[in-house]
Amino acid sequence: MNEEVNPLPSLEQDQTSEQTIEEIVASLGDTVGQPRVDDPKMSVSNVDVFYGKKQAIFGVDLDIANNEVVSMIGPSGCGKSTLLRCLNRMNDTIPICRVSGELTLDGEDIYSKDTDPVLLRARVGMVFQKPNPFPKSIYENVAYGPRLHGLNRNKADLDDIVVNSLKKAGIYNEVKNRLDESGTSLSGGQQQRLCIARTIACSPEVILMDEPCSALDPIATAKIEELIDELRENYAIAIVTHSMQQAARVSQRTAYFHLGKLVEVGDTDTIFTNPRHELTENYITGRFG
Amino acid sequence: MLLLIIFVLTSVAYVVGRSRAATLRKNGEQLHSLPRYYGYMTAICTAVPALLLLALWSASEPTFLKHSTVKTLPAEVQSLPQGQLDLVLNDIKNIATGGITQTADDPVREASANHYNDRKNTSQLLKSFFVLVASVLGALYGLRKIGVQTRARIFVERAMMTVLIACSCIAIFTTVGIVLSVLFESLRFFNKVPFTEFAFGLHWSPQTSIRADQVGSSGSFGAVPIFAGTLLISAIAMLVAVPFGLMSAIYLAEYASSNVRAWAKPLLEILAGIPTVVYGFFAALTVAPLVRDIFEGVGFEDVASESALAAGLVMGIMIIPFVSSLSDDVITAVPQAMRDGSLGLGATKSETIKRVVIPAALPGIVGAILLAVSRAIGETMIVVMAAGLAANLTINPLEAVTTVTVQIVTLLTGDQAFDSPKTLVAFALGLMLFVTTLILNVIALVVVRKYREQYE
Repeated sequence: MNEEVNPLPSLEQDQTSEQTIEEIVASLGDTVGQPRVDDPKMSVSNVDVFYGKKQAIFGVDLDIANNEVVSMIGPSGCGKSTLLRCLNRMNDTIPICRVSGELTLDGEDIYSKDTDPVLLRARVGMVFQKPNPFPKSIYENVAYGPRLHGLNRNKADLDDIVVNSLKKAGIYNEVKNRLDESGTSLSGGQQQRLCIARTIACSPEVILMDEPCSALDPIATAKIEELIDELRENYAIAIVTHSMQQAARVSQRTAYFHLGKLVEVGDTDTIFTNPRHELTENYITGRFG
Repeated sequence: MLLLIIFVLTSVAYVVGRSRAATLRKNGEQLHSLPRYYGYMTAICTAVPALLLLALWSASEPTFLKHSTVKTLPAEVQSLPQGQLDLVLNDIKNIATGGITQTADDPVREASANHYNDRKNTSQLLKSFFVLVASVLGALYGLRKIGVQTRARIFVERAMMTVLIACSCIAIFTTVGIVLSVLFESLRFFNKVPFTEFAFGLHWSPQTSIRADQVGSSGSFGAVPIFAGTLLISAIAMLVAVPFGLMSAIYLAEYASSNVRAWAKPLLEILAGIPTVVYGFFAALTVAPLVRDIFEGVGFEDVASESALAAGLVMGIMIIPFVSSLSDDVITAVPQAMRDGSLGLGATKSETIKRVVIPAALPGIVGAILLAVSRAIGETMIVVMAAGLAANLTINPLEAVTTVTVQIVTLLTGDQAFDSPKTLVAFALGLMLFVTTLILNVIALVVVRKYREQYE
């Protein structure tokens, strides 16, 4: 059932065959910049991820703070999505995936035996690359999470949660008269905002976004970016993106990955105006990637 | 022999056509297609007309022979009714081929037989000649056509398409033919027994009397009891097959590791490969006595040794793979994004399956179940052996009931007169059964089609 999850499609093709990935990664040197923040919401320390025998992430350190958007950029197959999926243990659904190192949420290890991945995913919500509303009504799509977690006491409560989530996702005015229509009847951009509303409805603390705009047109993208900026007030957000303009527009800090290694991390302004690592510079100036 | 010659001619035509086109090409002609397409074209021109002629000739030959032979017979034989005339003709054919005959040494028939043989030989000779001529003419025509103007590739593509259309037409015409033959026989039955009595009558006892003084031959054709029996057994079968099939499908699609799946799914599908007659005696010899003993053990009386329950249980086991295999396919077809979305919201695996995967796959699952139902209704062998022949109108699964298919089998096996209502009713039953399963299949197809539109 996981065939379509092909985590590292181009890891091997990217490089000449003389060097192994491990050697290349070693040659990249230590992470440039400051991965730590003062008061992290989530913290990643020395994390390695393996798919079977293949290592996809090499010793990554990264913090995500409240009220900020961290963008993760890098060429395809650099492990940014893999790392994102580790943050709410979505990688658990891939049997051959193995994670080592420490990942914490509010200082608690999310991979410890005591952590229930189900509860974790309620606290760390995720928005996917392709809008994936359930083939249910718009209302049911948003009410899905609250119902699961018993967040509402009665129907009126649930109505409130649904309406508020839709409002926060900036889609309420467009759908308020057709809450009983199928979520799949919406346009792509509306579907993605519906998915964000669905995530918000679970009252998460962190929202992970895996290339949320890559399937959308520029206008829908602009709306989502605006929304991400608003959501920053209440949530810690990590976003994987292929668009450097998007990273520059929405994020406060940026992390550049290459072949599973965090090459450079720092304030978005600094990274884009004054990159210190050669690979980062090459990437953001469009010399490859 | 003739076919072999045509085959050789065709092969030769292909080789010649190709080499000729290749030569033209070498000489600098701008041919439209590759040489091998000209080869194909020549081969088609050689084979197709000849084969068509052969088929037509062979199909019409018996009719011609018959007419010609009948003309040689004396007038009083010619004026016999159709049935007896056919008998005489059969006899003549037997004499002609040296088989066993009813009437030995009848000079008139001997003469006719000789005439028949004579005509047949002539026909064979003429057939071979004309077919070969057609073949050679076709080959020449094909070879002549090789040139700059002819677009052989398009010709060959068209020919391929025609062959494919012809193949699908054969399947369709066969279906139509079966339906029509059943329909007309049923109409003959409804001429003798009114449709209302058949469709709403509560008493089934198809034994008609051959002589007027026979006892116990009421000849009533109320189909309700046997349809009720069919439905009862099918319902029991579905009660077994749907839960077990669906749950094993969910396990296979969602929980099983690929290793388990790799051997469990084929193993389940082996169930579908067991011949139904094996299920039949399993039901009759093992399950039915077991059912009787168990229920008598817990205090039921009068449990029939051939019970609807036993037949239904075994039939249910037989159709588990239909439900599980098809459901497994539709569940696997639910996009991973749906599951990710649900898991990402903090749903457990079973919650995801219950609230997202199954609802999304439901139309497909319904389609699978409906296909399984039509399979259950049409199933014959198990019920013949395990369900009994008594047409009881009952919903008690411990009684013996009978089904439509069982009745058709009993009505049509053995020596039968094909004009009595007793045998004709079998066609009416078959028609009803066909209509029922057809409706179910149509519903299933419509539902499945709706499912396809689900995600986009």
